[in-house]
Amino acid sequence: MQQRLIEVPVFSNLAAEGKTAEYLFWVGSSGSYDDRAKKITRDFVKILEKAKVNYAVLGEEETDSGDSARRAGNEFLFQMQAMQNIETFNAYNIKKIITCDPHDYNTIKNEYPDFGGEYELWHHTEFILKLIEDKKLIVDHSTFANQRITYHDPCYLGRGNQIYEAPRKVIEKTGCQLVEMKRNRSRALCCGAGGAQMFKEPEKGDMEVFELRTKDALELNPNIIITACPFCMTMLTDGVKLFEKEDAIKVFDIAEIIAKANAL
Amino acid sequence: MLKQLIFLATVLIALGVFAYSVRNILLNISFLKKAYPLNRWGERFARLLKVGFGQTKILRFPLIGFLHALVFWGFLAILFGSFEMLIDGLFGLEKFLKILGPLHHFFMISGDIFAAIILILIIVFLFRRIALNIKRFSGIEMTHKAHTDANFALTLILLLMVSLLGMNMGYSALNPSEAHLYPVSKVLSYLIVNQNESFLHIFEQINWWAHILLIFFFANYLPYSKHFHVFMSLPNVFLSKLEPLTQMSNMERVTQEVKLMLDPSAPIPEESNDLIERFGMKDIEDGTWKHYTDSLTCTQCGRCTSVCPANLTGKLLSPRKMMIDFRRRMNEKSPHLRKNKQYDDQKSLLDDYITREELWACTTCNACAQECPVNIDHPSMILEMRRYLFMEESAAPSALNTMSTNIENNGAPWQYPPSDRLKWADNLYINE
Repeated sequence: MQQRLIEVPVFSNLAAEGKTAEYLFWVGSSGSYDDRAKKITRDFVKILEKAKVNYAVLGEEETDSGDSARRAGNEFLFQMQAMQNIETFNAYNIKKIITCDPHDYNTIKNEYPDFGGEYELWHHTEFILKLIEDKKLIVDHSTFANQRITYHDPCYLGRGNQIYEAPRKVIEKTGCQLVEMKRNRSRALCCGAGGAQMFKEPEKGDMEVFELRTKDALELNPNIIITACPFCMTMLTDGVKLFEKEDAIKVFDIAEIIAKANAL
Repeated sequence: MLKQLIFLATVLIALGVFAYSVRNILLNISFLKKAYPLNRWGERFARLLKVGFGQTKILRFPLIGFLHALVFWGFLAILFGSFEMLIDGLFGLEKFLKILGPLHHFFMISGDIFAAIILILIIVFLFRRIALNIKRFSGIEMTHKAHTDANFALTLILLLMVSLLGMNMGYSALNPSEAHLYPVSKVLSYLIVNQNESFLHIFEQINWWAHILLIFFFANYLPYSKHFHVFMSLPNVFLSKLEPLTQMSNMERVTQEVKLMLDPSAPIPEESNDLIERFGMKDIEDGTWKHYTDSLTCTQCGRCTSVCPANLTGKLLSPRKMMIDFRRRMNEKSPHLRKNKQYDDQKSLLDDYITREELWACTTCNACAQECPVNIDHPSMILEMRRYLFMEESAAPSALNTMSTNIENNGAPWQYPPSDRLKWADNLYINE
């Protein structure tokens, strides 16, 4: 086994060479700047490379999707972000977009069409499943074989966009034991970060939302909690720390376990 | 003939009062904003069949949901008989719809059985509400008045079923050849079968009149009760948003302004002569017709609040309260607004009913909207009020202002320069 340095393709560089890519990998603000989410981004790129996907990123031309701004009530800022991004997408004739962020997935897929931007959106959980089903990616069964794993449904992926089964199918490909929390799928409890809560102090209450959700997971005694959203990742990681379980329980994104299963 | 005239008079009074209530609701809708275009009728009918008639969302709470579904389906069966009573009363007939043959038999049999089932279930529901301490029925918005309204509506239904069974008992005893069409009442009628014919006749007539008058009263009580969902549920489901729950509505006016900002040569939209509309919602007249029908449809079951992450962790927010508050404020303000569009009582839905703390507690997770059996969209109301707070009052929590400023300045919610956007890709190796 040898290591290869990945040079992540960027649309502007490709264009300079008269080339383009089939898929835009939309990294999103969390995936670009949040230290924990950056690891997810890196692992997902390894998967794209492994499966030889024809992709590129926007790099410095990418700007925030505007999801949180819109949900905070700042419609002006959201629309400016949306129009700016659409202009960039159109400049490179982008038609297909993959992202690891359910919030950006939702905004670009469902809300950008109001400004003339219509794209084929793939959440990375769906995309990884497609790669596996198309035999472009083979997942090793041994790494997670004896692991007890539970999956937390991100609200914007599940209730928002009805993606419940793709992540579960991918997780099961690792050969692990998948156990469900009492509140799952459309009944899943939020991690507490959506609707711009990620960026503000919570309102007064008896406990944190992430605390309650982490309790749901801890009831199952899992080795690993998996999610598919950078916000959920932050909240659940904090939850596991709050209960001082960080040595026994790891929180991973779905891209990370697939990368780990295949030792990418 | 006299009976017919009295009946006609009661029908006209009931219809007149009902028409007045409906007129006020329609007038209120006329000064509200548009929500979304109503199209995709096929999908709407499919949803009406599934969520409305199929009761699929109420069945998410399987046991109590099934009991509710029985009451709903029972009401549908009984409705046939109520319609027949209306014709009979107006034209001095008896069981006119017998001309429909087996169909009539079907509705008589099922109506009679359902009347007994509903009677028992209403007693169960009243017991649950009064004797059991069910968390879902408590909360700051569940006032004494709200509980009284709920129990009164259930009692009315109880009396409706008692009178229906009484009527069927009398009819079975008087017409033994048709008694098999009223299987439950037939058995109950053994209690009165030994009485003389005139007693049976009076017994049947008293129950007949009690039943139809209760229907008229119930129908006219509903527009002023949380139990209005009996009328509103099916229309509200039919008219509900077909887009994904997490898709927010677009603000066209903002789109026009942003386009002008980005491209000054874009055509300037015509200014209307109306007062410039507010951004977002401060008071009811800034809401859409869907916010209003949602508030009229809410029967305060509390399934929304029982799954709300903010509420579950002790925050002030309760999605059910949003609906109750909107309707209360509409009741308070709309009689004046109907006379004077500029009416201002120095109060508003925001602050006088719904606090900012409630609004900022929402995670927009949409668990409330997912759970609502009648497709109420609570987050839409919350987000419209946040739009008002942010754009009209610049009154967002300071952390959200910081987030906005960061996005404006460097395209990310945090204070990182755009030139760092690709830093994650440094030194990235893959094992091959």
